[in-house]
Amino acid sequence: MKPRQRQLLWIAAAVIIALAWGFYSANGPQTTAVLAGTVRAATLLALGAMCGMIGERSGIVNIGIEGQFLMSAFFAFTVTSITGSLFMGALAGIATGLTMGWLLAAMAVGLKVDQIIAGTVLNIAALGLTSFFYDRSRSLGVSKYTNIDLGPLADLPLVGTVFFSRPPITYLTMALLVIVHVALFRSVWGMRTRAIGEHPGAADTVGIDVLRLRYLNVTLAGGFAGLGGSYLALEAVGTFSRAMSGGRGFLALAVMIFGRRTPFGAYAAALFFGFTTALQNQFQLNSTFDIPPQFVGMLPFVVTIVVVALSGLMGSMRDPAALGQTYEKG
Amino acid sequence: MTDLLLAARNVTKQFPGVLANDDVSVELRPGRILALLGENGAGKSTLVNVLFGMYRPDGGEIIIKDEVVDLQGPDDAISRGIGMVHQHFQLVPPMRVVENIVLGAEPAKRGLVDLDEARARVIELSERYGLEIDPDALVEDLPVGMQQRVEILKALYRNADVLILDEPTGVLTPQEADHLLGVLRGLTKTGVGIVFITHKLREVLAIADDIVVLRGGRVVGTTTPDQATESGLAEMMVGRSVVLRVEKAVAQPGDVVLQVDNLKVNDNRGHVAVDGVNLKVRAGEILGVAGVEGNGQRELVEAITGLRHTLTGEITISGKSLANSSTRQVAQTGVGHIPEDREKHGIIAVYSLAENSVLNRYYREPFSTRGIMHREAIHEHAEAVIDEFDVRTPNVTVAASSLSGGNKQKLIVGREFSEDIELLVAAQPTRGIDIGAIEFVHRRIIEQRDKGTAVLLVSAELDEILGLADRIAVLYDGKLMDVLDANVANRERVGLLMAGITD
Repeated sequence: MKPRQRQLLWIAAAVIIALAWGFYSANGPQTTAVLAGTVRAATLLALGAMCGMIGERSGIVNIGIEGQFLMSAFFAFTVTSITGSLFMGALAGIATGLTMGWLLAAMAVGLKVDQIIAGTVLNIAALGLTSFFYDRSRSLGVSKYTNIDLGPLADLPLVGTVFFSRPPITYLTMALLVIVHVALFRSVWGMRTRAIGEHPGAADTVGIDVLRLRYLNVTLAGGFAGLGGSYLALEAVGTFSRAMSGGRGFLALAVMIFGRRTPFGAYAAALFFGFTTALQNQFQLNSTFDIPPQFVGMLPFVVTIVVVALSGLMGSMRDPAALGQTYEKG
Repeated sequence: MTDLLLAARNVTKQFPGVLANDDVSVELRPGRILALLGENGAGKSTLVNVLFGMYRPDGGEIIIKDEVVDLQGPDDAISRGIGMVHQHFQLVPPMRVVENIVLGAEPAKRGLVDLDEARARVIELSERYGLEIDPDALVEDLPVGMQQRVEILKALYRNADVLILDEPTGVLTPQEADHLLGVLRGLTKTGVGIVFITHKLREVLAIADDIVVLRGGRVVGTTTPDQATESGLAEMMVGRSVVLRVEKAVAQPGDVVLQVDNLKVNDNRGHVAVDGVNLKVRAGEILGVAGVEGNGQRELVEAITGLRHTLTGEITISGKSLANSSTRQVAQTGVGHIPEDREKHGIIAVYSLAENSVLNRYYREPFSTRGIMHREAIHEHAEAVIDEFDVRTPNVTVAASSLSGGNKQKLIVGREFSEDIELLVAAQPTRGIDIGAIEFVHRRIIEQRDKGTAVLLVSAELDEILGLADRIAVLYDGKLMDVLDANVANRERVGLLMAGITD
């Protein structure tokens, strides 16, 4: 990152903190609610973005995150409902995500299917299968994941509620952001992953098995979306409903791009998009403004379009050079 | 001390329809430089790919350090100390030099790359071999000569004692090439053996200890620099006597046909690639544009031929202002274009030879009337082109992809020359084609000039520029360094300009 960009980031952070504090002083409960909602919405987007970035850093586009979310949410819900264990449900969600990731890898890497088509297959399959097998009469049976207070940190004003009194998958996601950052930019795995996304031929000539690593990474990335599905069913909502992922898998891709395919960048972007979602919820709840709910509901998506278009204009965002291309040895 | 570092014994490699290597034997001993000389398609690349484990030979054996081996793949060859510097660099541009060098064999602590250790090893290597480099520079910011150095260090980092270099000087200025030859000479003093693939005779004589000439997949000669001459080697390569110099009369320049004023053009990444260039090409003269590849030549040609948007400046052809015009408008002004990448811009591979012969005017009489194409007329035209331009093909209905590189090029030249043109833009017109076809294309370009066509010739082969051009313009970093008259230009002077040095 250039010093100038870093400077801008600090200024932006300072402005955000000042604003948050100002609003908190003026209207404590509502500010807390909006910011807590922001973190809640950001968790799912961050998980989806990590799924997307691990794939794209290796050169594989994953537009099937939406389907991965949905299918994983379905299995997380169903397994918890049968076993009565949230933990088993969460594991089932992750396993489903890994399976979906493996399917994508099998199509996009193994069979060299066009990556956009392969991702679309996941989305359509997930929507069709979960809608068909969803049993309306079934319920979670247990209460969803509840907030865990992190000792005295949770008692801090505002930030205590917003960051340190959260349910488990949210904490896990924050930890994963750090882990993925270190893995991508410091580890042997990460260096090779970035190499196969930029120049698979170069990686091949130094003995890196490009196809195998892509297979592995796309499968692994599915686990992140799987955790997202678990989060959706077991932590955010507490039930399953038809098409409950509601476009957030695609939003996660926008978050990933806006965050320049870095975990922290993506989290910042996820918080931003989460904020629009939370704001939208607040608008719907208290009818201060007389705007039809349909329009308010559009807010996150309108912001997505504007932000992605703007960031495109600003330039300086470069895709991995081999993104979307199948690799042929030789 | 090993006696044989690397050898091929009676290696045969068959591809569908071609016997790429036929009973080929070569030997490399420690501290020596073996030059593999041959035209495109002579089997040089196939041979080194066999030696590097990319292909398995159908017959014969490979010996590495006095031991017969059965290579399972490049990693196998690498682990036995074979290093290869590919013609197209295998580097990851947005990664740092040190990362590129250690990639695939990273020093690591608990799964994390130990960059300090890697950097120390790179610095140690670069000092030992006199290959200075900044380990923390991004590869994409380095000039090609430096990138090549990274490739060599990459091989040395893997303890290579055999280095295979595939056409390593193609992307260098003459001075850089000389420097590289010096570096290679230094490497041999440490016992490294080098296989050097090239089609440049001068380099072979300058550096090789042993010379092996390949033609049609067979070894046709083995010699040493003291016994060989340039013309002797050329004759071995081609199989008949060749004229190395192009015969041409003194140019009779007429009016200015192409005028470029203060032209600015961006490349695909949005960086300025052509930076305020002024050029004039007169009827009946050849203006050669020299320069190391990637210094704006491509963008200049694309801007002139209508393939690329220009930022500022004027392009005037035969008095018409044509900046940011369509390619069709440019072509209809009387511009013929031999594009740099014939597969991408010269032909449509799946179309027939006949269709390809009218790509620039299929929509006009007599080839079309109101949107309906006339097959007869097109075929007749194609027959005439292949006849006149000696395109070797069974008939005009075969797909253009079935032609060899040289025949594709002759087809393109034939198409562009079969109508009267006022300006010819020829970009790398002889890249990757055999000597016979090169002679042919050169002769035709001279003929066009003598008919009064203005010719803009862009080539990365300095010999081609020096041989054909009447005036020589040198591009460096998008800027025009100077324009020299051919009779005062020589390798030394042009080479310095190519490196951006003016005195």
